[in-house]
Amino acid sequence: MIKRFLSLEWKAFFRSASFGKSLGIKIFMGFLSLYFIAMFLGMGLLLFPGLKKVYPDQDPLLIVNSFLFYWILADLALRFFFQKLPVMSVKPLLTLPVKRGHVVNYVLGKSVLSFFNFLPLFAIIPFGITLLFKNYPLANVLVWMLALVLVALIINFFNFIIESFSAEKELSFLPVILIVGGLYALNHFNIIAFNEIMGGGFNAIYNYPILIIVPLGLLVLCYVFNFKLLKQKLFLDSGLKAKIKEVNASNLEWTKNFGDIAPFMQLDLKLIWRNKRTKSSVWMLAIGLLYGLFFYPQPTYQNMPWFFVFIGVFSTGIFLINFGQFIPAWDSGYYKLLMSQNIKYEQYLKSKFTLMAVSVLILFVLGIPYVFFGWKILLAHFAAAIYNIGVNTHVILLGGSFNRKKIDLSQKAAFNYQGTGAVQWLIGIPLLLLPMGLFAAFYFLISFEIACLILIIFGVIGIVFHQKLMKIITQKYLESKYKMIDAFDQNN
Amino acid sequence: MITTSNLSKKYSGNLVLDIESLEIPKGQSFGLVGNNGAGKTTYFSLLLDLIQPTTGYIKNNDVQVNKSEDWKPFTSAFIDESFLIGYLTPEEYFYFIGELRGQNKADVDALVSQFEDFFHGEIIGQKKYLRDLSKGNQKKAGIVAALIGNPEVIVLDEPFANLDPTTQIRLKNIIKELSEKQDVTVLISSHDLMHVTDVCERIVVLEKGEVVKDLAKSAATLQELEEHFAN
Repeated sequence: MIKRFLSLEWKAFFRSASFGKSLGIKIFMGFLSLYFIAMFLGMGLLLFPGLKKVYPDQDPLLIVNSFLFYWILADLALRFFFQKLPVMSVKPLLTLPVKRGHVVNYVLGKSVLSFFNFLPLFAIIPFGITLLFKNYPLANVLVWMLALVLVALIINFFNFIIESFSAEKELSFLPVILIVGGLYALNHFNIIAFNEIMGGGFNAIYNYPILIIVPLGLLVLCYVFNFKLLKQKLFLDSGLKAKIKEVNASNLEWTKNFGDIAPFMQLDLKLIWRNKRTKSSVWMLAIGLLYGLFFYPQPTYQNMPWFFVFIGVFSTGIFLINFGQFIPAWDSGYYKLLMSQNIKYEQYLKSKFTLMAVSVLILFVLGIPYVFFGWKILLAHFAAAIYNIGVNTHVILLGGSFNRKKIDLSQKAAFNYQGTGAVQWLIGIPLLLLPMGLFAAFYFLISFEIACLILIIFGVIGIVFHQKLMKIITQKYLESKYKMIDAFDQNN
Repeated sequence: MITTSNLSKKYSGNLVLDIESLEIPKGQSFGLVGNNGAGKTTYFSLLLDLIQPTTGYIKNNDVQVNKSEDWKPFTSAFIDESFLIGYLTPEEYFYFIGELRGQNKADVDALVSQFEDFFHGEIIGQKKYLRDLSKGNQKKAGIVAALIGNPEVIVLDEPFANLDPTTQIRLKNIIKELSEKQDVTVLISSHDLMHVTDVCERIVVLEKGEVVKDLAKSAATLQELEEHFAN
């Protein structure tokens, strides 16, 4: 049975319409994984000698144990955002003589093969081997290593439990942040010393190997719970049930002020507000807005004014980048309709442009309090905002004409790579690095003020030639009309 | 009204449509039948300029569709669910289409109210998004949206599929009423020979991309079609 499932997935991957593009992403992810493997391997090798050097009179194993709590928290948070339960199209299988239990076991079993479960091994195994070389008892070290592997698997399955409960909610990342943040806070403020409890636990397992049954029991518990959850979901009606909420339609009359682009503005606003994926790009606004707070309070960055522009472009342009890079794929579901309707492409694009430009303005205004960290920051943000409106909006619209990947709006968002083609990786470069490089060059050659002025001039040029630029962009979209219709028509 | 000339479409060397000449006069209700892969949807997609012809052209009211967009104001279509915008309610969808076709809300309301029967109380005022409606109800909304803005050419691909019997009969009446208006050209495709002979004045049979029969409706049409497809 497993063999059949595997061959189904093999075909699904290689016969997918966007195979070439997803291969590009896979290669990129491959390099990323190699990087992490190298990091963990290095950590595993250097951990013992390093700790011995810094704390000569303490047992490195005990130190490691006392830090395991933080590893668990970080792992849980990371997995929530990056690891998804393996997807399998089960609908065709439901009516075939395949036991539901088989399907569930297969999906869960496959999740064990996730990269996230193997990554810790690259640190655990070299560290364990070092321990053996330092004459730690063999049996105890092996059990300790096994315990860590079990914990990784527990996190694996625990994560899916959290995901299955939070998937249908808006702000789905709130529960995991509350759990992780709560545990961390309790520990940090010494209310409950989880790191000591955890450390003590692992010490105990090391000393009394029989205690391995505790993580083993937890693992079985998590697995069984997951099994039950998934098995329930294997019925058609539970998949379809997706509670149909009553709609409160708003008429958005105020968009009439925008003239002939009003119908498209209304459509875009509804698009953003009524679909999970787009809605989460609204929440991303908050992240973008607060992004500066990671850097500005630190004195190191106070003396790096060229860095202000990077943050300026990012925090005023986060919506632009997030929303803009998937134009026109947001409308891919009904692109044929738009193309056979009596519309002017230019109005359609202008509506997107207006949305992005307004978002930049709003984000700039909301970011004005950054002036608290110095007037230079405000000036740099202002220059970045003008540059965003004048240059980046046009660049991203132009990039959109190369977009060939459909977006299924009903998919869950955040780190969903669907709709991400090679173009999206490339487009980040001119958007962020170009203004930063430009600014840095003039900053080092002449002065901060001149560098700001240069960015503003570029932005103003873009705004002045807006009509002309839009004509060129519209032409590009018209040229690739048939290719887009064809590409958006394909399901992966 | 619609002139097809030397039209062909090839997909990687495979000829899927090859129509030397086909003339559809203004006001005709025109039915296209054929087995799967006969080229019905390909023809409609070419008519709506959603794909490019390999050779030849279609002229809609003397506008060559792949050269100019001037055919759009008087042409409307419902091909499949990808013509619906899932996150709008049916009303919002009608208003949106209305705005694109230069109709205000009152115009749209007036038109839509004529189809209360057809909707059977399951479309209007339901406070549901189109994506949450059943396939049949989605289709009803799409068909009615294609009638907004007094189009002169209406293209419906498989309008009867997925509809319940009552709705099929109501839809037939709607199409008949449309074709009674002298200036409205209706193009429909169907697998249901009975429905299509019932509502169309003229029926064209496509086979492997070619026109093999072109019949003006008479009492014997249905029988002739059935015999054709039985072989």
